[in-house]
Amino acid sequence: MRRTLSMGVIALAAIAAAAIRPAAADNITVKGSDTMVILGQRWAEEYMKSHPDVAIQVTGGGSGTGIAALLNGTTKLANSSRPIKPEEIEAAKKNGLDVVEFKTAMDALAVVVNAANPIEKLTIKQVGMIYTGYINNWKAVGGPDKKILRYTRESNSGTYVFFKEHVLNNRDYAADAQTMPGTSAVAEAVAKDPAGIGFGGVAYFATNPKLKIVKIAKDEKSEAITPLAGSGKLNFEVVWSRTYPISRYLYVYSAGQPQGAVKEYLDWILGPEGQAIVDKIEYVPMPAQRAGN
Amino acid sequence: MSVVEARLQNGAAPALRAKTEPAGRRRVRARRIERLIELFLKLNGFIAIAAIALIFVFLFKEGVQAFRSIPAARFIQSTELDFDDVPQTVRMWQPVGQNPKYSLIPLVLGSLLVALPATLIASLFGVACGIYLAEVAGRRAREIIKPAIELMAGVPSVVIGFFCLATLASLIQNAFHTTFRLNAFVGAVGVSFVIVPVIATMVDDALRAVPGFLREGAHALGANRWETITRVVVPAGASGLIAAILLGMGRALGETMIVLMATGNAAQVTVNPFDSVRTMTATIAAELGAVPQGGEQYRALFLVGSLLFTLTFLINLMSEIVVQRMRRRLIL
Repeated sequence: MRRTLSMGVIALAAIAAAAIRPAAADNITVKGSDTMVILGQRWAEEYMKSHPDVAIQVTGGGSGTGIAALLNGTTKLANSSRPIKPEEIEAAKKNGLDVVEFKTAMDALAVVVNAANPIEKLTIKQVGMIYTGYINNWKAVGGPDKKILRYTRESNSGTYVFFKEHVLNNRDYAADAQTMPGTSAVAEAVAKDPAGIGFGGVAYFATNPKLKIVKIAKDEKSEAITPLAGSGKLNFEVVWSRTYPISRYLYVYSAGQPQGAVKEYLDWILGPEGQAIVDKIEYVPMPAQRAGN
Repeated sequence: MSVVEARLQNGAAPALRAKTEPAGRRRVRARRIERLIELFLKLNGFIAIAAIALIFVFLFKEGVQAFRSIPAARFIQSTELDFDDVPQTVRMWQPVGQNPKYSLIPLVLGSLLVALPATLIASLFGVACGIYLAEVAGRRAREIIKPAIELMAGVPSVVIGFFCLATLASLIQNAFHTTFRLNAFVGAVGVSFVIVPVIATMVDDALRAVPGFLREGAHALGANRWETITRVVVPAGASGLIAAILLGMGRALGETMIVLMATGNAAQVTVNPFDSVRTMTATIAAELGAVPQGGEQYRALFLVGSLLFTLTFLINLMSEIVVQRMRRRLIL
């Protein structure tokens, strides 16, 4: 009995010690965009290698989740794949927070169909009409006579909002659009579904042989542009110049001007080392002259 | 008769008795402890009631506030311009966007499209299994099957959900040539895995409560086993069967993880069980974590929760009433 008691005390002490230790170092929590989770984690890993006194935790949940957490004060930084909304800035002000924005990388959304689908290119308007439910058969855009099956993301994802605002012109998604929990689930579903269409970050689709990334044209008169460079990688030039129509910035938001360890971390992200990681995992680094906003 | 009692009667008692306290005091003390335990148990019972009442109050308090910023009609339908800028009436759940849509119709239909087929499938298997366990199975078969069913109830729903998503969905699509790979029916089959054990155990219990003299009477009148089961035992335990099915349906309505993974989550107004649907539970699970507290969507989700709670509460209440009626009838 006494032995179990003393062992319990030791275990408790160990837990307490473990709990106290991170508080002694600088602890940075980052929450938000699922699109940016991989990027955020790679940044954190590399940064912690060279700065062992800093502990960084990166979690996903969606851009909306991250910004909500920033406003509730449960995270120091929020990753977001969409710009902050006016009402979120308003809510931040109510909580006495001044949200500061950092453009940390760029991303392009690819539209993807099953590799068996003969469709090669679509205009933004066609994609919009497909997703709003005005085009329901692939025949209407030059494909086979097959009902279109639309895959989309949960409404808390930045990708969902970005696509709705830029491609659907703020119209509603068709009611039969199936909601997937993540872009990799969209990739999985379209790969299994010959009549499927999906969208998301290029990195999720480029390597899957069962998927085909569609060329996108701004309108009927413009040239359809693929976000892919020759080697199956993302083409930076079309994103920087914004000639590829579905591109966006990836943001990090901080509550108030970042200070101390957080500021150093953000400077590092915007510097050459951080941007090299952006490149490595197939997002688009910020053009050099605009880095750091 | 225990060893001590035996010894007391054999006259070895005096020595033994002298060592312990006088019987009277012991009895007083035992009674006091008993009363304390009783109080503790009573308190626990009241805590359960209080917890349910508080959940009720909390849910409805938040849910009702949705009506402050959203007109009630918009929980049925709203108006939206179509591609040619002609206003159209739409019934959709799409709470993120410039003109949020909060129609509850697709969600309620989605929940029913999963829960009703699931209850139907599970009732077929669950009732049959329960009858077999209570009336037909020999002792050894029962000793194997009953724990197996209880084990089935312990399979985490996320595992079943994953199985539906990865394997069952393709099987069903190949068998029925459905347009949607993930659809309400896949979810229903998954959910029925969870509620078969609920129904089977309750049916088993209900039929075991049917007094033996009914069976003996039937046999005495020359009925064979099948006739005894179908004409006597099952009718006598009918309300127990109905209660089991209702309780299973309550569980089916409340099941979240499986439907979130297996139904495809398209909030459309449909009555086709092979369409992709979005249930009330999946909507709450997928969206509540991401909305700012106290916002319009947050309250709308609480309203969905209140509706779900009311529905399952009514179903469970009904099953409880049915069970009470059966008890009264059988005691007669």
